[in-house]
Amino acid sequence: MTNRLEIRNVSKRFSRKSGVVERGAEYIGLKAKNPVVRALDDVSLSVSQGEVVGIVGESGCGKSTLGRVVAGLLQASEGSVLFRGKRLDEMTDKDAEDARLQVQMIFQDPSSSLNPRQRVREIIGAAPLHHGLTTAWELDGYVSQQMERCGLDPSTSTRFPHQFSGGQRQRIGIARALAVQPDMLICDESVAALDVSIQAQILNLFLDLREHLDLTYMFISHDLSVVEHISDRVVVMYLGRVVEEAPVGELFSHPNHPYTRALLQGRPSLDPVQRLFSAIEGEIPSPLSPPTGCHFHPRCPFAMERCRTERPELRSVGAHHTSACHLND
Amino acid sequence: MQAILSPTKFRSGMRFIRQFAQSPIALAGLVLIILIVLLAIFAPFISPQNPYDLMQLDIMDGRMAPGTQSSAGFTFIIGSDDQGRDMLSAIFYGLRISLIVGLGSAALAFIIGTAFGLTAAYVGGKIETTMMRIVDLQLSFPTILSALLILALLGKSVGNVVFAIVLVEWATYARTARGAALTELRREYVEAARSLRLPHRNILFRQLLPNCLSPLVVLLTMQVARAITLEATLSFLGLGVPVTEPSLGLLISSGYEFMLSGTYWIALFPGIALLVTIFAINLVGDRLRQLLDPKAAQK
Repeated sequence: MTNRLEIRNVSKRFSRKSGVVERGAEYIGLKAKNPVVRALDDVSLSVSQGEVVGIVGESGCGKSTLGRVVAGLLQASEGSVLFRGKRLDEMTDKDAEDARLQVQMIFQDPSSSLNPRQRVREIIGAAPLHHGLTTAWELDGYVSQQMERCGLDPSTSTRFPHQFSGGQRQRIGIARALAVQPDMLICDESVAALDVSIQAQILNLFLDLREHLDLTYMFISHDLSVVEHISDRVVVMYLGRVVEEAPVGELFSHPNHPYTRALLQGRPSLDPVQRLFSAIEGEIPSPLSPPTGCHFHPRCPFAMERCRTERPELRSVGAHHTSACHLND
Repeated sequence: MQAILSPTKFRSGMRFIRQFAQSPIALAGLVLIILIVLLAIFAPFISPQNPYDLMQLDIMDGRMAPGTQSSAGFTFIIGSDDQGRDMLSAIFYGLRISLIVGLGSAALAFIIGTAFGLTAAYVGGKIETTMMRIVDLQLSFPTILSALLILALLGKSVGNVVFAIVLVEWATYARTARGAALTELRREYVEAARSLRLPHRNILFRQLLPNCLSPLVVLLTMQVARAITLEATLSFLGLGVPVTEPSLGLLISSGYEFMLSGTYWIALFPGIALLVTIFAINLVGDRLRQLLDPKAAQK
């Protein structure tokens, strides 16, 4: 079976391009070269049809960049993205556009992801109308259908986004994405801005939709309990690299990588014995100058000499369980 | 603050009007503008005389002091000019020209500049840099000098004055539009629109433009006043509208030579009309900026 989505050795670098004068100054050594941020560093990943893959990591680890590369909002600097076994950059423009329309994004902040000057009807209806999924005659019915599916009252379709609550706004965002009939959703911290009770509603909506529409999800979050609740498989990222990947039960019961273990320890628990938080030592290093070797070694309690120099590869440590740590050798 | 900036339409529209009216000075400005526009529109019906109709002018009525009886029977309330034109009628008709030039050129410059600035911000990269350098180039020329140059080349006419003002003013809109668009482009709804593969014109005109309008509307009000001033300046210098269609600036200019001979009214009253018009527009513009511009402090 071919994967719904595959990412092969994708890197994404951000840097400010120098102007003519700056390039001259760099050439004669007057000015340092513009710093390069490696937001994604040789990331490979595959997602099969109907699967929910959770991506976790601290802020700045590149998980949002990964989502945007997959959604086609950012261009990868290196590597390739494959949809159903076909490389995006080898498709014709038309096919690539269609393939990308199949992948939609649900954003973090429902108040800035909806155009404040448009009515819900237009927010949801503009794209399907443009892509010919509905006609101007049937638009009202189509929009109502999308709204109902996401738990919104269709009679509110002439309102503006600010007239809705946070949870309802996120539902509008979901209805807007689903209106173009995608089969994959990328949820970038989609519940992080919501109250806990609303979070549960939205997560259940995601699960319902998955069942009815056979959706594939890439669920990006820093919230481990949310990821545990919704995902089939979890990918842990640290400073632009994948450090561990495993099915959800396996990852939460037998974490292998020291970073994953530290993340799991750091999470609040109801168990009174475990009330002590053990924060990971130190700050996340700057992605402008990541540590050599294993990115995690300055904060790792088990760091050895080798970790400082050699980059660990992802290796199998169990069934469908890979981890990038020298301790496994 | 958020409530004022983001939403639109009816209910918040009413709230906006109420907020606007909280400043009595701005409200007075608005009433004045409406009054002035009405005067200009109904000039033919309220003027004692048609100052453009040479048949109605009598050279013997030239330079009559305010309050004098004309040979046609009506009173020169604020005097007459050297051609025997009733100044009050001339001001009403002059307001028409001034307002048409001011509104027309500001609106045209608004459309051109906004489209230019939005496109530049949206396209980005080298094209944006080139486009904005053109704007910088335009803004680096002294306004009156370039307008004078254009009019000297093209000759006098209302259309040419509008053209010249548009040419020197569009760049201000372009710069403001680009600035506003750059902040909006970073918001997630633009990413969502791109992810939904909406066409560029939708993203530009349905997503970006409505959200960039606030600072541009403020600029538009201010620029109407500026355009009227510029037109008056050009006409005063003798390169604006033709003598057959005198605007306020031209009236001031033609009265200027009699100032020292005691015939003060020919220049004074058009001057007051011009002053009041610009003052009223600026009052409204200032209030709009207070309410719409995110950078202005909210009280």
